[in-house]
Amino acid sequence: MTGYLVRRGGQIVLTLFLIVTLTFFLVQAQPGDYAAFYAFNPDLPAEVREQIRATFGLDKPLWQQYLIHLKNTFTGNFGVSFGHFPRPVIEVLAERVPRTAVLFLTATVASFYTGFLLGKAIAWRRGGLLEYTATISGATLFTVFTPAFALMMIWVFAFKLGWFPVGKFLDPLVWRSAEVSANYVFGFMLLTAAAFTVFAFLALFVFRRAGRLGKGSLALPVILAGGLAIPLIWAFSGIGGLALDILKHMVLPIATLTLISFAGTMLLTRNSMLETVREDYVMAARAKGLPEKLVRDRHAARNALLPVVTSLVYSLIFAIDGSVIIEGIFSWPGTGMTLLQAVRTEDLPLVMGAMVFIGLFALIAHMIVDVLYVYLDPRIRYQ
Amino acid sequence: MITPPPNYPTFPGESPEPPPPELGRGRFRLALARLRLALRSFKNGWAIFLESRIGLLSLATIVIFALMAISHPILMATVWDAGTYDPVTGYAFDQIEQPAPPSWRHPLGTDPLGRDVLSQLLSSTRSEFILGLTAALVTVSIATTVGAVAAYYGGLVDAFFMRLADLIIALPAISLLIVLSALFRLNFFHLALIIGVLGGFGGTAIILKSQALSIKVKPYIEAARVAGGSQFHIILVHIIPNLLPLSLLYMMFTVTGAIFAEAILSFLGLLDVRMSWGIMIHTANTGGYLLGGTRYWWLILPAGASITLLCSAFYLGGRALDEVVNPRLRRQYD
Repeated sequence: MTGYLVRRGGQIVLTLFLIVTLTFFLVQAQPGDYAAFYAFNPDLPAEVREQIRATFGLDKPLWQQYLIHLKNTFTGNFGVSFGHFPRPVIEVLAERVPRTAVLFLTATVASFYTGFLLGKAIAWRRGGLLEYTATISGATLFTVFTPAFALMMIWVFAFKLGWFPVGKFLDPLVWRSAEVSANYVFGFMLLTAAAFTVFAFLALFVFRRAGRLGKGSLALPVILAGGLAIPLIWAFSGIGGLALDILKHMVLPIATLTLISFAGTMLLTRNSMLETVREDYVMAARAKGLPEKLVRDRHAARNALLPVVTSLVYSLIFAIDGSVIIEGIFSWPGTGMTLLQAVRTEDLPLVMGAMVFIGLFALIAHMIVDVLYVYLDPRIRYQ
Repeated sequence: MITPPPNYPTFPGESPEPPPPELGRGRFRLALARLRLALRSFKNGWAIFLESRIGLLSLATIVIFALMAISHPILMATVWDAGTYDPVTGYAFDQIEQPAPPSWRHPLGTDPLGRDVLSQLLSSTRSEFILGLTAALVTVSIATTVGAVAAYYGGLVDAFFMRLADLIIALPAISLLIVLSALFRLNFFHLALIIGVLGGFGGTAIILKSQALSIKVKPYIEAARVAGGSQFHIILVHIIPNLLPLSLLYMMFTVTGAIFAEAILSFLGLLDVRMSWGIMIHTANTGGYLLGGTRYWWLILPAGASITLLCSAFYLGGRALDEVVNPRLRRQYD
């Protein structure tokens, strides 16, 4: 397992290297001279220009520039953003990456869970009304024109019903008198979410073990109590209102991203279930008189999960691309919106930096899926 | 898995070349028998396809869109005059304010620049079809070749193409296209080519390769080799034709991806394209008509619904085809 992780880590570094190379040469191959555009930008003072020329080696031949670019990238020096002028690219991205991570992670987990549950149900009862409704609405949401759908969500839930804010990350009116920065509050929110996840898993684990002794029903109440404790703690922390504001802005983008990406998992689970349902062990489970629900959840669905997790990589990439679009529409200031803005304003250092980070996202997600797969399928122990 | 050596040794005195195929009647009858077989398997497949209502529905949708695509040049040549109805340069002088709501002269109204929405919709349908099919053809020709070659030769060739495919799968395609469109001027053709190449060397190649692997160990491949068929002959005549049903299936999925990508990029205003469904929504959006909600519905609904309908028709049609190609998914009758 450790060897496998090391090997996968090596592959990730290699792939990242290729992405960096690709973006570098794409930028070099574009019409117009990137080096000149960068170094002779009249908005930059002379000393900054010299500094940039030295850092990036813009007066050197292409292969040397490439090597310098590689070194800079892997030491976290992406240059200075044109659009956010004095700020370096890495600083802009460091502020925005956590926001994308939250949007993307929450939506992925939610859509995977919804998709798996629904796919399981529609495969178990084929030909029913549920199957047609779920397949058609799922495929419609999967292929719906994302920007139009996102705008429709904004129009219905933010504009007409007024339940959620129209977009952006926070409401300036709420934050005007705030003494802490948004990222400070957001960091604490992330910590809380992580702590709660660990707590819930621990509770489930402990009570499942205890369940064999006949005390299984306590898990849900304990997790619920933990969940209820969080708002209480936040309410007394003094920054609860600010956190609530961010939370309100999060709901709509996450819901939209979940809605457009659950169908892929659902349809895959359905196909995979249809294959496992024919296996002999499912018939054996039925023959020994187990209740239908148990046969479905413990015998069929567990095995049907494997191919779904394998192709989770596809849905992850779909969700990453989706989050770029969603961020653009909802003005959610994450990596995706940064990429879009940078592309529109020809902020090339920021484009390259954001692309590297989006690639990194995809790669790490890929690796997590692989590790998950080893955990789920005991037959596979990577040598 | 048994992996036979690519070439059996030839013995002295034995010709390494296969005997020239018999010309004339024999060959004709062989072709006829093949045609009959193909026709029968097509009939069987068609019967299975007909059983799935979703498949039929999506086929009907695709046909309707195809008719729409054909109707635009006809309408332009007969009923519509170019000055008023040209999708890009036309102007509806008969309307006082633009965007005008639907009327008899303009069944779907006009856009903020006074151009007929129905004409835009129909002319875009044609370009979306061309884009989707070009991308799908490029994808499938690359993926089928790569899959067959990688499965047949194995070893280093296989490792190279599969690692390449892994790499491409890990790339977020839309983000990459956004970056590309920032750096270069992309039109429909470039876009189709890029999507086709990414798809062809990416996920589709892996799926077709795994199919080709299961074909490679079939007895008739062995027989063809014993009969002296060259590697090129075996790949071209025995492996690739058996990959085609699956290729067709992935063509459908590629069309969805290509139309979707084009719509997104046009909507963001990043493509060098004169008219498309994405551009129509882009025009409405930059004019600020999108958050008007239902008031200016004809600016967003026709184009948005067309994208969704055509994409999901190709997607669901692909899934129905999947049940034909992949017998394990069929409904049980026991």
